[in-house]
Amino acid sequence: MTAAGPAAVPVAEGLFSWPADPRLLGGSCASCGTTTFPRQSSCPRCTGTDIRTVPLAATGRLWTWTVQAFEPKPPYRADGPFEPYGVGYVELATADGSGAVLVESRLTEADPERLEIGAEMALTFIPVYRDAAGQPVVTFAFAPQHPGTR
Amino acid sequence: MDVAIVGIGIHPFGRHPGLSGREQGAYAVRQALTDARIGWADVQCAFGGSVAAGGADTLVSDLGLTGLPFVNVHNGCGTGGSALAMAERAIRSGDHDLAMAIGFDKHPPGAFNADPEASGLGRWYGETGLMLTTQFFAMKIQRYMHEYGISPASLARVAARAYRNGALNPAAWRRQPLTEQEIAAAPMISHPLTKYMFCSPGEGGVALVLARADRAHRYTARPVYLKAVSFRTRQFGSFEVFSPWLAPDRAEGPTAAAARAAFEAAGLGPENVDVIQVQDTESGAEIMHLAETGFCADGEQELLIKSGATEIGGTMPVNTDGGCLANGEPIGASGLRQVYESVLQLRGAAGQRQVPGQPKVAFTHVYGAPGISCCTILTT
Repeated sequence: MTAAGPAAVPVAEGLFSWPADPRLLGGSCASCGTTTFPRQSSCPRCTGTDIRTVPLAATGRLWTWTVQAFEPKPPYRADGPFEPYGVGYVELATADGSGAVLVESRLTEADPERLEIGAEMALTFIPVYRDAAGQPVVTFAFAPQHPGTR
Repeated sequence: MDVAIVGIGIHPFGRHPGLSGREQGAYAVRQALTDARIGWADVQCAFGGSVAAGGADTLVSDLGLTGLPFVNVHNGCGTGGSALAMAERAIRSGDHDLAMAIGFDKHPPGAFNADPEASGLGRWYGETGLMLTTQFFAMKIQRYMHEYGISPASLARVAARAYRNGALNPAAWRRQPLTEQEIAAAPMISHPLTKYMFCSPGEGGVALVLARADRAHRYTARPVYLKAVSFRTRQFGSFEVFSPWLAPDRAEGPTAAAARAAFEAAGLGPENVDVIQVQDTESGAEIMHLAETGFCADGEQELLIKSGATEIGGTMPVNTDGGCLANGEPIGASGLRQVYESVLQLRGAAGQRQVPGQPKVAFTHVYGAPGISCCTILTT
């Protein structure tokens, strides 16, 4: 469900590879192996500064979740009328299997009956707003793999 | 040098159009001075702050330009606790005989709109709708309920008790009791938490006068001793507000570390405490914080709350003044409100909400962004 077309632009640089083979990009500390998302220049565990960029797996399990039912204040940006949206943490391995991280993300599902801790989730991308040039701006999200099986 | 609290003042919490946060702070200071039977000129040093209502040191232009050292504290949800910790050190070190801790605030209605850049996060985090404290608390209790079998009914029970206690507190904001059914049926704000399970940003002010314990009786017939103030920030692996990511392995949060340090410093344990105030940003936070502070094991809250143990007349009274749920959260004042309530309870002066049996030991706990906690232990 990649809702945005190829002209879409990422909401921020460095969060995910784009547009070819889009993957979330984490950081892996060379000293202690800690994985962060997004990549940061210093390790919050060991103070190391040798951090390499690592793609994260495109599927993982839902660790916890909620549904945002009211429209947030700025800097939240969206076009059109507000629709509630799901938010959760998804446990993802690094693509090379060397580490893991829980990533906070928008969810494509906002129905509490269709969200469950432990559920298999898959990476996708959703439009958030149109920028000043009219280009759709996209961010990452996760979609339940087998919605409605609860 | 032991430390006593000899004067307390509060400006009622709530919404006060036309009244600045500073004015509410100044009101609380005057109340505390009267309570301690001293004048502003007697105060030797002061520590205070607000998050959204200006610098506390400007209060001197209302209270008197006495030249005292006055330190502004701007430490998020730990503002009041940090001010108290510094005032306590000023006495304990022997540097001063009389000190004040002051906290006040005034927030606009609605959820806080946090600034990502000010928290060291990318703007995208706010733009995409992830930077809300409400989401964090909802996701933390969602996971906790899954792991420890806490029911949605417990969330409603906690809120119902908060409003019941708030109805007995003249300084509380929300003084209308609500039934568990009304709370559970209210609009969902952030699943599993409904509108009435969340506190609201608000307004108010609190001031405390601290003195050398050996001179406390000059100021009050009923001094309350501040046995410990402990402040901690998050460590690697804890689950905190405003976290774009978490490590897969959980570590304890700042609440557990601050509570343990406070108990160690006081030479007391949770079993010695007669009245408990814990951060209840929402119903689930109170439930989780009771375990994190050591008052019960994970999962025991379900039965404790259902059995009435956490009621004013129960074996472990919790948030006797209505907590954040009934008082709202003026961030700078919130932690000091808990200490104010504890002093009232230990003096036996809490009126209709007085814990029976002459409580002798009180505990307070604040938690907030970006993962801080401050705990205090007070005794008669």
